[in-house]
Amino acid sequence: MDTYKLRRTMMFVPGNNPGMVKDAYIYGSDSIMFDLEDSVAVDQKDSARFLVSEALNCYDYNGIELVVRINDPRTKVGKDDLTAIVCTRKAIIRLPKTECAEDVTYCENVIAEIEAENGIPAGSTRMMAAIESALGVLNAREIAVSSKRLIGIALGAEDYVTDLKTSRSSDGIELLFARSVILLAARAAGIAAIDTVYSDVNNMEGFEAEVKLIKQLGFDGKSVINPRQIKPVHSLYTPSDKEIQKSLAIMDAIKEAKERGSGVIALNGKMIDKPVVARAERILEIAHASGITF
Amino acid sequence: MSLELSSIPHLEEFCALGGSYSDEQNLQPKDVRTLAERSLHSKKLVNDLDEAIRLSGLRDGMTISFHHHFRGGDYIINMVMAKLAEMGFKDLVLAASSLTDCHFPLMDHIKSGVIRRIETSGLRGKLADAISHGLMDIPVVFRSHGGRAYAIESGELAIDVAFLGAPSCDAFGNANGYSREGDTGIMCGSMGYAKQDAEYAKKVIIITNNLVPYPNAPFGIPESNVDYVVQVPEIGNPAGIMSGATRFTKNPKELLIAEYAAKVIENSGHFYDGFSMQMGSGGASLATIRFLREDMIKQNIKVGFALGGITGSVVELLEEGLVRKILDVQSFDLRAAESLKNNRFHQQISASYYASPSNPGTAVNQLDVVVLSALEVDTGFNVNVLTGSDGVIRGAIGGHPDTAAGASVSIVVAPLTRGRIPTIVNHVNTIVTPGRSIDVVVTDQGIAVNPARPDLKDRLIAARLPVCSIDELRSKAEKIVGKADPILYTDKVVGIVTYRDNSIIDLIYEVKE
Repeated sequence: MDTYKLRRTMMFVPGNNPGMVKDAYIYGSDSIMFDLEDSVAVDQKDSARFLVSEALNCYDYNGIELVVRINDPRTKVGKDDLTAIVCTRKAIIRLPKTECAEDVTYCENVIAEIEAENGIPAGSTRMMAAIESALGVLNAREIAVSSKRLIGIALGAEDYVTDLKTSRSSDGIELLFARSVILLAARAAGIAAIDTVYSDVNNMEGFEAEVKLIKQLGFDGKSVINPRQIKPVHSLYTPSDKEIQKSLAIMDAIKEAKERGSGVIALNGKMIDKPVVARAERILEIAHASGITF
Repeated sequence: MSLELSSIPHLEEFCALGGSYSDEQNLQPKDVRTLAERSLHSKKLVNDLDEAIRLSGLRDGMTISFHHHFRGGDYIINMVMAKLAEMGFKDLVLAASSLTDCHFPLMDHIKSGVIRRIETSGLRGKLADAISHGLMDIPVVFRSHGGRAYAIESGELAIDVAFLGAPSCDAFGNANGYSREGDTGIMCGSMGYAKQDAEYAKKVIIITNNLVPYPNAPFGIPESNVDYVVQVPEIGNPAGIMSGATRFTKNPKELLIAEYAAKVIENSGHFYDGFSMQMGSGGASLATIRFLREDMIKQNIKVGFALGGITGSVVELLEEGLVRKILDVQSFDLRAAESLKNNRFHQQISASYYASPSNPGTAVNQLDVVVLSALEVDTGFNVNVLTGSDGVIRGAIGGHPDTAAGASVSIVVAPLTRGRIPTIVNHVNTIVTPGRSIDVVVTDQGIAVNPARPDLKDRLIAARLPVCSIDELRSKAEKIVGKADPILYTDKVVGIVTYRDNSIIDLIYEVKE
């Protein structure tokens, strides 16, 4: 079975914290996002960039997917971030506050220049875009298809709700539209959809409720800000025994029908059509990638 | 009245018989005072420390002992040493069950010749630093808790006078680490290490701030072991002796290590109803208890007994019915001390009962599992808990080698690196616990099993735990923090590290400036 790329959890790590940068991989998140943007004070931008790029060059992060959130690439700080991180060839560039397709293409052009100047294979640096405003949400569809480098789009809810002139609530009703739009845009473009952070690390109940919601909506996973949030997401995203058994039964039924040359496939009296098979395949892929043996 | 004894056969064998009773030989007048009067005029109750010292017969060159149940809040050692210095004593051997940061005034008594040499479980702070830099002519002898008990029992460590602080005592010497007769705000729970000294020292002086009515029951130290009782206004600082309950860590790395450690225990083959365990007071050890608790409830498993230095976390399990009994040689926090006072199934034990190798049935030998900490572990699984990465003494042996040797499964928990300092190294600075007694090393980046325990390794691999070799852990650590320059030492030995059988397991040298 091909390896399915799990992105259940993307852990945010402030880029100016050496201890956290060094240890980030031990907690088992599917991706790590080193932040050079909002969590780093203006006077620490250079040291954070140096720390993260050196860490990427020196440490073996056990093959975990690495992402670096850069500052606005139209600024000098952002351009310097791009140069340093692209040259490590180790991380996906996360573009903050993406409002339109041009934001992505501007950044992509800068990356292409850096790749050319440094002998890095053209197009090898991948990107993801964070959508954090009303305009960004409305342009989500074009953002999602703006570059072949994009592996996914993410919702950044804190800035988004401020832009909407509201605040975050426990049931997340204010985010429903943005989540739905971003998810649809990502699926239409065939890339990943990553949900926003949940900032109250001591409210595990609220956190788990939100994870259930975004999983049901269809998101690949969630951004997390504390290692304690990783395990609950993974366990909610891990297919249950029942789901796995059912999926295996569906795959068996297909195999059997094919051998018989039969076009009509049924299991326990229910017809199995293409979407049912696709869902079963996806469940088995996630289970396999989660390390479950069956 | 005269009894005819000569007809009794073999009378000469009854050597204890003193012949016929006669009133003339029992001239002791009957004591008809009230209990209150007797207590007030108890011959053991002396006016002050001066008098107790004089009566004890202490002379220059003798060995005096102290316990460390008051931890960083201890006033006893500094108070007694100041008095001994004032009285002009010289060349004393100070044998404490352990010493800590607050005992830095001992430096003056070493310089002035009041103290000739020291025996202890550990040293910290300024005193440790000065000794590591050559303060003393004679090396400090470091002993484990079990090793010290054994040295006392075997006579290798012969105590002339024991000065034992007690949060409660009656006029006849029944002493304890708490009192049911009114609380003065100071309690230390178990008196386990003091019990040992009281039993074996030639003279025993109890120093208390809380003189309670006879009998001070339950007692940790019985009156039969006590020669003198001195009342003083203060014996320690309650804040330094113990605080509320040891706090539960929120450090994600400690939690991760704890989660691994709990899984190691659950899959060790020693997680069964009635199993026994000891946990340290470090963040990861305490958190291990929390993770274990969940699975104990799920699998309906209870701990038969919990041993050791006891914390509030273990007490919670006792009160929840998940631990059946506690054997307590040292109470780490107020919650533990209160439980010892109030719960009949929370038993105070002596250092010997806890860990002496002279006793094959000693409590550490009944352990299924122990979780221990480490400053360094080397690729031979040897553990250092005594000297830091700069070679300076900064810790205590405690019961580390005792429990590691006794427990069926000894687990060391430590982060792979602390800041820029690697924990897993080629050779530890100081061997405290030999690698042959360590079974599993749990770090945040992998679990190494001693090759002597292939059974355990198979079990942990089957449980899909991240098992790797100790060499892999060492090279991983080196990859992260690089190679350290070697520590520079002189030829002078400043510390002798003994194993629990009193053999010398390692030497500590003076650190070069």
